[in-house]
Order: sequence, then C-alpha cells, then structure tokens
Amino acid sequence: MSNDIFQGYKGEALAILQKYNVHVWDNAEVETTRGHFSGKVLPRAENTDDQHIVLKLVTGYNVGIDIATVIDMSGVTVPQPKFQIPEKEFPYTKGLPHVKLLGTGGTIASRLDYRTGAVIPAFSPGELYGAVPELAEICNLETEKIFAVFSENMGPKQYMALAQKIGEEIKNGIEGIVIGHGTDTLHHTGAALTFMCQNLPVPVVLVGSQRSSDRPSSDAALNLMHAMTAAGHGNIAEVMVCMFGPTSDEYGFLHKGTRVRKMHSSYRSTFRTIGDTPVAQVTREGVKPIKSSFNMRRKDRDVKIIPTFDDRVAMLYYYPGMKPDMLHAIIDNGYKGVVWVGTGLGHINKEMYPAVERAKAEGVHQYMTLQTIWGYVHMFVYDTGRDMMARGIIPAGNMLPEVAFIKLGWALGQTHDPEEVKRLMLTPINDEITEREPYNGYLVYQGGVPEVEEFIRKVHK
Amino acid sequence: MKRINPRQNFEDTCKKIGYVNRKNATQSDYDRIGFMSGLEVHQQLLTDHKLFCHCPAGIFQKPEEFDAEVVRHMRPTLSELGEYDGTALMEFKTRKEIIYRLSHPTACTYEVDDTPPFHVDRQALDYAIEVALASKMSIVGEVHITRKQYLDGSIPTGFQRTAIIGIEGSIQLKNKTIRLIQMSLEEDACREVSDIGHRRVYRTDRLGMPLIETVTYPECMNPDELQEACNYIRFLNRSTGHVRTGIGAGREDVNVSCKGGTRVEIKGVAHAKWIPELSHNECFRQWALLAIRTELQKRIKKEDFKIRALELNPAHFNFYYTPLQEAMLRKEKLYAVNLPQFAGLLSHFTQPGKPFYDEFAGRLKVIACLEKPNMATSEDVDDVVSDNVFEKVQQLLNAAESDAQIIFWAPEADVKTAVEVIEERALMTFDGVPNETRKSFANGTTIFERVLPGADRMYPDTDSVPIPLKTEHIEKLALNVPDELQGRFAQLREWGVPEDCYNYLSTHNYFPLLKKMVDELGIPPKELGVFMGQRLKHLHGRYRKLTFAPARLYDLFACLQAGQIDSAIAYNMLKVLFEHPKIDFDSILNILNFKRITKEEIEGKIKFIASKFTPCRKDTTAADKRNYIMGQLRQLSEGNLALPDLASKIG
Repeated sequence: MSNDIFQGYKGEALAILQKYNVHVWDNAEVETTRGHFSGKVLPRAENTDDQHIVLKLVTGYNVGIDIATVIDMSGVTVPQPKFQIPEKEFPYTKGLPHVKLLGTGGTIASRLDYRTGAVIPAFSPGELYGAVPELAEICNLETEKIFAVFSENMGPKQYMALAQKIGEEIKNGIEGIVIGHGTDTLHHTGAALTFMCQNLPVPVVLVGSQRSSDRPSSDAALNLMHAMTAAGHGNIAEVMVCMFGPTSDEYGFLHKGTRVRKMHSSYRSTFRTIGDTPVAQVTREGVKPIKSSFNMRRKDRDVKIIPTFDDRVAMLYYYPGMKPDMLHAIIDNGYKGVVWVGTGLGHINKEMYPAVERAKAEGVHQYMTLQTIWGYVHMFVYDTGRDMMARGIIPAGNMLPEVAFIKLGWALGQTHDPEEVKRLMLTPINDEITEREPYNGYLVYQGGVPEVEEFIRKVHK
Repeated sequence: MKRINPRQNFEDTCKKIGYVNRKNATQSDYDRIGFMSGLEVHQQLLTDHKLFCHCPAGIFQKPEEFDAEVVRHMRPTLSELGEYDGTALMEFKTRKEIIYRLSHPTACTYEVDDTPPFHVDRQALDYAIEVALASKMSIVGEVHITRKQYLDGSIPTGFQRTAIIGIEGSIQLKNKTIRLIQMSLEEDACREVSDIGHRRVYRTDRLGMPLIETVTYPECMNPDELQEACNYIRFLNRSTGHVRTGIGAGREDVNVSCKGGTRVEIKGVAHAKWIPELSHNECFRQWALLAIRTELQKRIKKEDFKIRALELNPAHFNFYYTPLQEAMLRKEKLYAVNLPQFAGLLSHFTQPGKPFYDEFAGRLKVIACLEKPNMATSEDVDDVVSDNVFEKVQQLLNAAESDAQIIFWAPEADVKTAVEVIEERALMTFDGVPNETRKSFANGTTIFERVLPGADRMYPDTDSVPIPLKTEHIEKLALNVPDELQGRFAQLREWGVPEDCYNYLSTHNYFPLLKKMVDELGIPPKELGVFMGQRLKHLHGRYRKLTFAPARLYDLFACLQAGQIDSAIAYNMLKVLFEHPKIDFDSILNILNFKRITKEEIEGKIKFIASKFTPCRKDTTAADKRNYIMGQLRQLSEGNLALPDLASKIG
C-alpha cells in the first residue's frame, strides 16, 4: 500500500511526505525557504536521490523541491484519472497481403503518459492503427507479442523461439513477417534467423526505431510502413533488416541479416551493409532492388527451420599485450567455441600461441574475424597468420565478427565434429561470406574533401 | 440581388464596434473592451556554447550558406486521452516537408536529433538563475528538463527542451507591480528560411542556443503598461550583463484578450516598440469577432449552419484576375463555397485594413498550404474578380441574399483540406475568438499562424536527469545579482539625469559604468548622464554600433582628469573614438589640434576679438557680439576652460 501512494520515493524524501501525509498524485501546497510552490506530486524516478520531491506545476512543467527547504506542506487527494490506449479496429481490405507482426519487446509505436512521461507501447493492430493509420493501406495486419525483452536481452532462447514461430506462420500461409525489435542487437537476430530459417518462401523483415515513437520526429512510423511494404509487397524472401537509408525521412534500406551492422550509437541511418550493397531500397511505394540476384518470393511453404544453438561460445576482442590467461579462463569455463576479433588481416600476439594450442587440444573451435570490420581475413600473408592456422584458428573470410559468433553457436548446436563445424561455418547460407567484395562495398567517405562536401550538400544525408 | 458595398460596410462596422486608433484611445476605451494582456519575454543568454551540445552559440549563417540538408516530417503523437491535440492535428493536415539546412560551424548531430542531449550548459544555467534571482523568484530545488511539443518543424526533435528555474516573481513599474508566473531556460528554435506550399525550410544556426523566457501574469490593462513591463524585463535581463543583444536576441510573445474573448498569442514580436500597436489592434480584433458572433447568432443557429462547396468550371467564367488565371494554367481546381447568413460579415472590420475574410485566407495558407492570394469573396473590399462572377456563383450555389461566398483555387490534393478549413473557421465564428497564435507585422496587424497548443504537450525529457540546485550555490550566485532596476531609476532621478536617458542607459546596461565613473572620478552625475544618455546615444545611433569597448569611456574621462583638461572636449574626442576605436587619447587630442593654454591667455584674447567684431545688420545686439566672441574662442577653450566660465568672462 505505502509503495503505491509514495511511488518511487525513498529515504528522507519519503519521510517528509509521510510526515505531512502527502501522497503521489495529490495536489500539494509546499512552503519552502525559497518560496511557495503548488502542483501535483509526481512519482520519483528510480535511481534518483532522496533529497527532492517532484511537482507538476499547473503550467505543465515539472520542478523538484529540495526537501531541506521545506517548511510546511499539505496535500489534497484528487481522483486519479485512468488512461487507455485508443483502439480503432484495423480495417480489413480485400486484396491486400496478410502480414504478421511479431513483437519482441522493442517499442514500435507507443503513446505517452503526459503526467509521468512514461511510454506506453501500442502493439495490437487496433492500437497501431490508431498511431499509424497508413498501415491499413499497405496490408492486413495481425500481431502477436512473443516476448517482452529489451534488445540487449535478446539471446539464443529467443532466436530459437522466433525461428519456430516463423516456421508456424509460414505453414499457416502468411504472406510476410515483420519482427519488431530493439535496435542494439537487431543484426545479431538478423544473422540468427538467417541460419535458423532457411529456404524462406516469404520475406522476414526485422525493424526497429532509433527515436522512440513518443516523439514527433520519430523514425518508427516510417520504418514500420517500409517494413510492412517489404514484407507484404516485396519479392525478396530473405531475412532482412529494414531501417532508414539516410537520416532524412526519405527511404529505407533492406539489409541482409548476415551483412548488416549497427554503425552509430544514435543516428537514424545507423544500419549499414558491410562489404556489399544493401539488397534493396524501400519506400511506401514499394521495394526497389539494388542487388540483381536474391531469393525470390515463392508460393510453396517449404521452409527449413533449424533452431539450434550452443551458447558455450565466446568472442575475444584482441588488444595489444593481451595475456593468454583470458583464453585459458574461457577453456577452463567449458566454452566450446571462440570467435577471435583480430587486428589487421587477422592477428593476435605470439604470447597467445600456447593457449591457442591448448584450446584446440581441448576441442575448442576457433575462428578468426576482423576488427577492421571491412575486408577479408588473410592469414597467408604473414608467417604469424600461418602459425595461428597451424595452431587451430580457422579464418572466417569476410564474415562479420557478430555473425561469426552467432553462426558458431548455431553450428555447435548441431555438431561438435571439427570438420563438420568447419563445413557449416565456411559454407555461406546467405552471403555471410562473399566470394567477391564489390568496390562499392566499402565507402566510408571523409568529410572536408571538396567533392565529398559537394555531395553531402546536394544529396540528403 | 441587392448587394452591400463592402468598403462602406467595412468602415461602418469599424465605427459600430467603436474602434479608435491608438493615438486617440484612452483608458476608458480599454476598460470598455476589457483589455487584458501579459507577456512572455525571450532573451538569449550570452554563453559560449549551445544549451545541450557543444556547438558555439551566436554564430549565424546566411540562408543560402549551408553544407548539408536533412528532410523530416513531424507526426503527431497521441496525447494522454488518446486524442491528437488541436495544433498536432493541424500541423499533420499540412503535411509539410521540412528541410533543415546545416552548416558545419553551427550544427552537430544533436541539432538534427541524431544524438541525445549532452549535459545542460552550466554557464547558461547559472546565468538563468541570476536573472531569476533578479526577478525576485522562488528558485526550484531541482531543475527538470521538460519536452514541449512543437510540430511546426521549428525544432527537429518535434519538441523543445525547456526547464523551470524559478516561479512567482514580480517587477515594479512606475505605478504598479506586475507579477511574474515563471522563468524558464530553454533552447532556441530554428530560423525559417521559407515556407512555400508544402515545403518549409529552416536554418539550424540559432537552434539550441540558450534562451530564458520570463512570463508575466495578464495584468497589463493598456498597451503602454505592456510596453513598460516589456522594457522593464528586457532592461532587467540586460542589467545582469549575461544576455545577448541585437536583432533577434530578444523576442516577445504577447498574450491579449478582450472582455469575453480568448487568450490569443502574438508570437515573436521582434521589436518592443511594436507591442502597443499590436496589442491594441488584437484587442479590437477580438472585440470585432465578438460583434460578428452576435450578429451571426441572431441570424442562424450553429447546428443549422451548413456550408456548400461546388467545383466551378473556369471555362464558364471570364476571369481577369492574374493569380487566378495563373492558377488555372497550373491546372488547379476552382471551388466555390456558400456561407449561409454571412452577408455583411465577411467584409466586417477586424483590424485596420483587414476585413473578416482575411481570417479565412490566413488559415487556407497555413493549414491547407495554399499560397496567397488563394481566394476571393463576394465581399472583397478591393473587387478583384468582378461582380458578375459572384452573381453566377450565387446562382450555381442557390445562395440566398443573406449568404456570402468564397471562391478558392487549389491543387486537387489540397481541396479537401481547404473546404474543411473554410467550414471550420466559419463554425468558429459562432464561438467568437478562436484560440490561436498570430504572426505580427510592423504595421501593427497580425495574421493567423497556428492553433494555440494545449497544456497537454509537456512531458519529461527521458534523455536527461534532474539537476539539483544547492542552496549554497544559489547564495553564491546571488552575490552577482545586480542592484534593482527601480533603484537605478531612483538614483538617476536623484542625480537629475533626464528621464529620456533611462532607456538608452538601460538598453546597454551602462548604469554600472556611469556609477563607477561618478564614484571614482567624481564627475558630476547629471553631466555624465546626459553625456551618455544623449550624446553617446546620438553617435551610437549614427554608427549603428559602439565601435570601442565601453570601458574606454572611463579611461577617456580619467585621462582628461589626469591632464586637468576640461570635459567639454569629451564629445569631440568621442567622435574621433568612434572612427578610430583603438586610438590613444593623446592622439585624439592631437587630431583635435588641442593646445594647452591658460585661462588667462584665453581671457586676454577677448578684448582683441571684440574689437574685430563688425556689426553687419542694423539690429545687431550685444548677444550677437557675445556669440561671435564665443565662436572665435570656442575651439581654443574647449578642454582648457569650461564654456559657461568663458561666457561669464565675456559678460
């Protein structure tokens, strides 16, 4: 009970509220040494101090009162209004494709509680229709919340559950699947689903937003429209990540789940295809392929679901002077796979060699990927590379480190036979290793150069 | 069909509601219409950086000067009751494409909402606290950053980050005290480059600069009080020495209502001197809208009111009006709308030179994105499309004699919104004064800008943490708070400095300098007050800016004192100083051909010069002779001998 009426308050601030018998949501009058304040007492956010009480003034602004300045306080209890998310029935339109939206916990659309600032997610088709009515012009929507976890808490268990769910939906005849997902590990999930759901007959599109949908400038609504368009109308039947192309509200990219990476902590256009071009551009008008070949949408339902994962896999990001005990600790803890993220062409220091040998001897599968993100592991160029290979580290081509990590877990979920694991790892399922690196696959232009400046002046970033 | 004469009607209705121009208005006029007004005074702070990122503050770019552009659209978010609030809905109807022009020196990824905010600028926070203390406000215990939604695109996030620093202060005017509601610290918005059709372009240079906003209670009962309050707050802000000055650094929003009217906000008034005329006209505009309401209610009930819209075939008309002809060439649609019982109302007076139909045109521009001229009416004061056009339109619409008609032209995609806008505004007529913000013009009139946003657009900024303000810190800042503005005025009065000097001295916050010179150099305060408040002001106006550091004035007088030179020469020295801001004072004296010469020597010349005086007119008087001698000796004596002393010697 007391938790309810003093929401979030603790320690001295709680004591003051109790002393004057003032509760959260009361209209309070507070006399302080700094003057008189009146307003509605708001809950206190977690992880804040116990020295302040938060008031919402009649003007809508929030202020904090320093409890050390409080002389007197009184409160009037007012009934607390109940809030509901508006629901409008999602209209059914004959002729539009059926798309399923699977929720994992990221907020795709939401509405704001203005009193607390809390974001209440909108998820059911009715709620989504209330927030993004344009969706009804794109598809007939069904939704299902599979779990509610933040992006960083998505893991193998969720990948496998999602894969199985996708399999079911496809068997049931769905024409496209969209997965709402937090953006931090969107690309991990993209890779996992690519390996676990093979021979897809319909698009599986992962989507998130870099700006929460409680803000007017959010990218959520447009991303969602793009994803629904790609899933319902697009012909590319692959696992793809759909996010903003430029930071401007112009078009989205469809990236292969195996070649995409989050490259900026906060930009809208943070997802980039690495070492290749995106599969396609997408606008509300439709999907415009960039790559000339991709897996076409099919009528059959012959999807192959391989939901396996051994989570005894670790990643080691090499740094100068790294001590072998790092690797020893991993072996001692029973890990079965290590994805190295090496320097340059794929290197680690010599000091590590005995530990590498021990790992191999104890059946730990080791693969080499790159800190440079772009390019191929080349372990034949220097002797050290050959030394490492001789000791059991297998180069993983131009597979991205995160993708290699997911794939090794997926492969070890099926077998521990070194040759079989190697075959699984090095046989690309959807371009996680490419034979060629197109010269426009690496374009990190530097600002300040006149021609680059001219480009960004002309073309919306 | 009997037709009213719109121009005559405009003038008659102007008289009927009792409009008086401001020059002739008295307090009883304002009491009659219930003038009530308050202010929101915005002032940029003189900080090194912007409020939530580390971009420099106070650097500006020209409209065409940019390095990159970003395009965004603003979407309304659902408000707490699941409804879109009025502004949100309107802005969404406009479907604006918003372009932000970024320039490397003034914008980083924060400005385009691609990076969360950094910690609030401490310098800005401390300056804001000082101003709040000077405004006698209760300082909050903890600063909470709040988001205030703006969907017009002027801020790329779609909201302004703002925080209350203090509440409940007061300012003392000559004859009354005006209470202050609050003072907030907020980030400034973008500057608009253009707004044509569905495309609005902004510059991001000013975006994010720290700004304080002081809000008064609506306690000003006439336009002059309003201006006095505005100046007081501006001068108070300036007295701290921490605010930016110059064009755009201070802007006022003026809230006005009349008896029975609604709070209407006149946005971003750039010059304080426009305030009286704007508030005067706004109050009478509301008064006129109430008169229009009364008349309409007499004629028809709101629930019976139905507009009728009809597409016209331009081929059936013979238009001479160029904008209309051009619109037809652009293949725009032409529509007529019948407004039942609106005859004589469309041409009703609302503002000087602006009949009621102007309210429709303004909304068509803003909400339906139709560039003006976008319509014509059956009651145009300047008849542009000729009578028989409307005769035909009236027939097509089956209009009654008591109806009025609007024809508008618009691209097909905007027609639906345009009809809705006309209907909406027509229905609002029954309610009197719509809640809105209005844009001001130099001539004292205003046009529709936006629907006034509701209170439900504030919510906590989840990207930032509350900032506690410790009592010790506030006490430390309180030491910097300047003496009270009223006290300064009292001191000036006591010194005998004429009142016409106060504005200039306060505008540039020269009082502390003046006082220092009086205290330390012992210069007669009245003489110095006039020197700065009139002579310095005159040159300042001529050169448009002070070319030298104000502290040089102190040095100038100190130098004169050290050299025992009479201060009468100071004005001539000041002229040279304006031309050569870095020059040393000895050089100025050289330029002025100043020669040290004793009082006796000057006096010795009087006799000789007097003997040279030859009267050239019959009515030459003794005064002419005195003036002649003074004229001859003036340059020589300046700096050596005070002119009144010389005059007394001439006798």
